[in-house]
Amino acid sequence: MTKQQANWSPYDNNGGSCVAIAGADYCVIAADTRMSTGYNILTREYSKITKLADKCMMASSGFQADVKALQKLLAARHLIYQHQHNKQMSCPAMAQLLSNTLYYKRFFPYYSFNVLGGLDSEGKGCVYTYDAVGSYERVGYSSQGSGSTLIMPFLDNQLKSPSPLLLPAQDAVTPLSESEAVDLVKTVFASATERDIYTGDKLEIVVVNAEGIRSEYMDLRKD
Amino acid sequence: MFRNQYDTDVTTWSPAGRLFQVEYAMEAVKQGSAAIGLRSKTHVVLACVNKASSELSSHQKKIFKVDDHIGVAIAGLTADGRVLSRYMRNECINYSFTYESPLPVGRLVVQLADKAQVCTQRSWKRPYGVGLLVVGLDELGAHLYYNCPSGNYFEYQAFAIGSRSQAAKTYLERRFENFTDSSREDLIKDALISVRETLQGEKLKSSICTVAVVGIGEAFHILDQETVQQLIDAFEIVGEDEPPVPEVGDAEADQAEAAAPAAEEGAAPMDI
Repeated sequence: MTKQQANWSPYDNNGGSCVAIAGADYCVIAADTRMSTGYNILTREYSKITKLADKCMMASSGFQADVKALQKLLAARHLIYQHQHNKQMSCPAMAQLLSNTLYYKRFFPYYSFNVLGGLDSEGKGCVYTYDAVGSYERVGYSSQGSGSTLIMPFLDNQLKSPSPLLLPAQDAVTPLSESEAVDLVKTVFASATERDIYTGDKLEIVVVNAEGIRSEYMDLRKD
Repeated sequence: MFRNQYDTDVTTWSPAGRLFQVEYAMEAVKQGSAAIGLRSKTHVVLACVNKASSELSSHQKKIFKVDDHIGVAIAGLTADGRVLSRYMRNECINYSFTYESPLPVGRLVVQLADKAQVCTQRSWKRPYGVGLLVVGLDELGAHLYYNCPSGNYFEYQAFAIGSRSQAAKTYLERRFENFTDSSREDLIKDALISVRETLQGEKLKSSICTVAVVGIGEAFHILDQETVQQLIDAFEIVGEDEPPVPEVGDAEADQAEAAAPAAEEGAAPMDI
């Protein structure tokens, strides 16, 4: 008697990679724009990055249907917050909300691997990284998605975040300038594109700083 | 004469076929401070009188943003009004979530009316003691509705509710035929003049009135105090052509209500 296998899965993986890097007064969030299923490409121009609040962006890879549902839910919750508090949600507040929302579906999770990036209440860059069920941590930089195994070690090498267990307490923020961070992101994606088949086509970079939010695009290999 | 015998609960008819509890609820609306709405083809303006119960307290919030394209002004039991605003906001959010498009204001008004009707037919409930002037946009243009505690609703070109609203209504009746083609600035001016009518001699200042606008291409937002004061000063000057009204400031409000509480002399918004 062999164990019965499922003949259908509610999940699919649409691939792609996401990265976020926090600076002293900015945050860079980036993701590729390829959406795939199996060995096929569904589209080369799908954005994985969404604006949740004035100074808070989220990049998510995984199952894009779940990602879309999650984005809609968070946007609706943000509207309610604005009605009740007369102001935008701060990035740390949104980070907690995202964690709670993910854990709410602990036993039928959102197949969504998220990085939240933005400015905290003091205007400093912040990045939060999540697993599919809401475990999260504030870090100086992070990557998620199919290329994360290639990207993360490189970021560690370049940016090594001090451990939160160290004394005296050190900032979780990386001492990089905004343009250096953007260049680093471009380098990192170019490399990931080489070896990860699910990453490529185009890179979308979003920079959040005191002046606002700006977007940038860079072509990646299409194979 | 028979009023006192048949007015104990809302589920009792009077011999004349009236529900006195519902009518008493409408009285509560008449006791509230005035709220006025006017519309043109492309814009709707809400204005209301904001009286604080004492110099020490903050003003009652009477105008609420429901969605980018819908707003509401209330008169009567403001607590009931707040609760209904929260309901309206929820309905708009849920509709947008499901249909990825804004809830048409005409639908929202019907839902509100049906909700009010329920309270006129349950022995364990009481009618909402608040009248709502709902303004919003849909594909056909700008609309102004009035929702009663009775569960009735009507669409208006211009309307006023609350205490001394008759004075405003008289002014509006004289002028309403021009409203359809009014410019945004003229509409706001007429709204402010109507508010002044209800004040019956008291000086119109931006500290005692609130103005909100919604229009095609303009999200619902409450004008901040300085803008309102400038507008008041502009038309109070007798015999001069209308000076250029500073209108750009209000149109770029970020998420609408952020500016208003800050301008209200640091008073806390008495919201949910």
